[in-house]
Amino acid sequence: MRTGHDLELVHVTKRYGTAVAVADVSHLFVGGSYVCLLGPSGCGKSSTLRMIAGHETVSEGSILLSGMDVSRLPPARRGTAMMFQNYALFPHLSVTDNVAFSLKMKGIAAQERRAKAAAMLELVDMGRYADRLPAQLSGGQQQRVALARALITGPQVLLLDEPLSALDPFLRIRMRAELKRLQRELGISFIHVTHGQDEALALADEIVVMNNARIEQAGPARQVFNAPETEFVARFMGGHNVLALPQGRFAIRCDEIRLDPAGHEAVVQAVEYQGAHVALTARAAGDQEIVALIPEATFFEHPITPGEAVRLGWDEGRLHRLHA
Amino acid sequence: MNRLFTSPNLTGWLLASPLALVLAAFLVLPILMIVVVSFWTATEFSIVPAFSFENYDFLFGSPVTYSVFLNTFKYAAITWAVTLVLGFAVAYFLAFHVRSQTWQTALFLLCTIPFWTSNIIRMISWIPFLGRNGIANSTLISWGVIDEPVEWLLFSDFSVILAFVHLYTLFMVVPIFNTMMRIDRSLLEAANDAGASGFQTLVSVILPLTKPGIMIGSIFVITLVMGDFITVRFMSGSQAANVGRLISNDIALLQYPSAAATAVVLLATVLITIGLMLRLVDIRKEL
Repeated sequence: MRTGHDLELVHVTKRYGTAVAVADVSHLFVGGSYVCLLGPSGCGKSSTLRMIAGHETVSEGSILLSGMDVSRLPPARRGTAMMFQNYALFPHLSVTDNVAFSLKMKGIAAQERRAKAAAMLELVDMGRYADRLPAQLSGGQQQRVALARALITGPQVLLLDEPLSALDPFLRIRMRAELKRLQRELGISFIHVTHGQDEALALADEIVVMNNARIEQAGPARQVFNAPETEFVARFMGGHNVLALPQGRFAIRCDEIRLDPAGHEAVVQAVEYQGAHVALTARAAGDQEIVALIPEATFFEHPITPGEAVRLGWDEGRLHRLHA
Repeated sequence: MNRLFTSPNLTGWLLASPLALVLAAFLVLPILMIVVVSFWTATEFSIVPAFSFENYDFLFGSPVTYSVFLNTFKYAAITWAVTLVLGFAVAYFLAFHVRSQTWQTALFLLCTIPFWTSNIIRMISWIPFLGRNGIANSTLISWGVIDEPVEWLLFSDFSVILAFVHLYTLFMVVPIFNTMMRIDRSLLEAANDAGASGFQTLVSVILPLTKPGIMIGSIFVITLVMGDFITVRFMSGSQAANVGRLISNDIALLQYPSAAATAVVLLATVLITIGLMLRLVDIRKEL
């Protein structure tokens, strides 16, 4: 489904000397959607984002935004804006001047740019702090200012480089709700780089999982979580067991595994209480590790301790064949 | 007694005392001596330890004092302006254009090579270059740029300032380079992302963030130039004067009280100048 403001990567490659950071990646980011680039560190997700932003050159391939090749344009003329990982606020400028920076560079008169900056600060709920310096703000407040500074350029695509990684867990959950709200209100695309799968699941309309400079799998959040195509995705998204069966390798969700008198034999290695569930780590035939998430109430009807033998079963229909 | 020695207050004083004693003995005491002596009087053959304003009366009453102080300020101002431009340019090049750290270190060491020889040798080596029949003049004549030797190359304000710039530019480069290296590179990307051109980034991001370094370098250069006497003497061929030379002449004539009075006035002038500069920029976060 294409819209007017799609962002498209066409066979994009990034090399640093002989090292390949991004290898022949093609992908269509649908306009107005919230996309998470997910992967372990060094997988090429940040390089991909920085190429889209224009802070890295593209070694090969093209980047198209709204049907126009932007891969040779300077960052400010692409219709993208970037929010940096450490926020990169100018320490010598007040909050207002930080937000109005791009307008000042365009030569817009002081009064007009201050008014626009004030409106943008209201949008991120930072109007009260307009005259402070960045050093006088908390991490979450700095992030809102960085967000306002990026949005004031009126981008079609907002690029966020691990925006939540510097925040404490409580604030992280609040800010991600805020990011999602802003994206819905503004109706522009957000491309959000993260290595946290919970963050990606919570936010993304579409998740793009990257590994070893390539896209491993891309799709709606539910699809990527429920139907991982490769062993890497199944393990990285978490919540899955990867089983080597005679017919091949399969993934199955941990909460699809149950205690079943007719099931496979296994020895319990560890029991972990997780609140709603109890995670049972067991070792089955062929030295396979299987994690079963048992609903708390079910588990405590017949508690099990490590070292006990159990039988684990699952619906064959829930097994999901993995490629490669 | 035991409690006295473990009291944190006393520990603090004890820890600070060695340095305080050294500074008191070798900095505060000599300056106090100079101030005291500046109120004495001297004849051709003796120094009279009697309280008198004679030296200051003479100093502030003489038009020579004002012209010499003015000349000292002129040297300081011009040298400051030139070293600032050169120092900023060199530091900017080293910090932002030289990408590899090896090259950065190598080029930085290259800047310090002139410091392996003494100031005076570096100064004197200009003389055969700038002289009437020196390398500069003969080269210019052989190129046909000039017909006869240029006189103002040596023993002039030009040569004095040239030597000052040569001697002191590094004192500007080092602190500016140091501040520039602390600027977060993602700020430059953020400026670029906001559509700032290279020049706009320089003016609205790099320059304001480099101010403390500029100020520290300026203090170095201005105090060094205002306190100098040997460069002015050598490079002007004893034709120009600054306050340092005034003092050194007095000392040569054994007029210690008069020299002390001039030194006190110079010290006050330099302190006021630095005080004014510190008003403009807060360098504390740099220290």
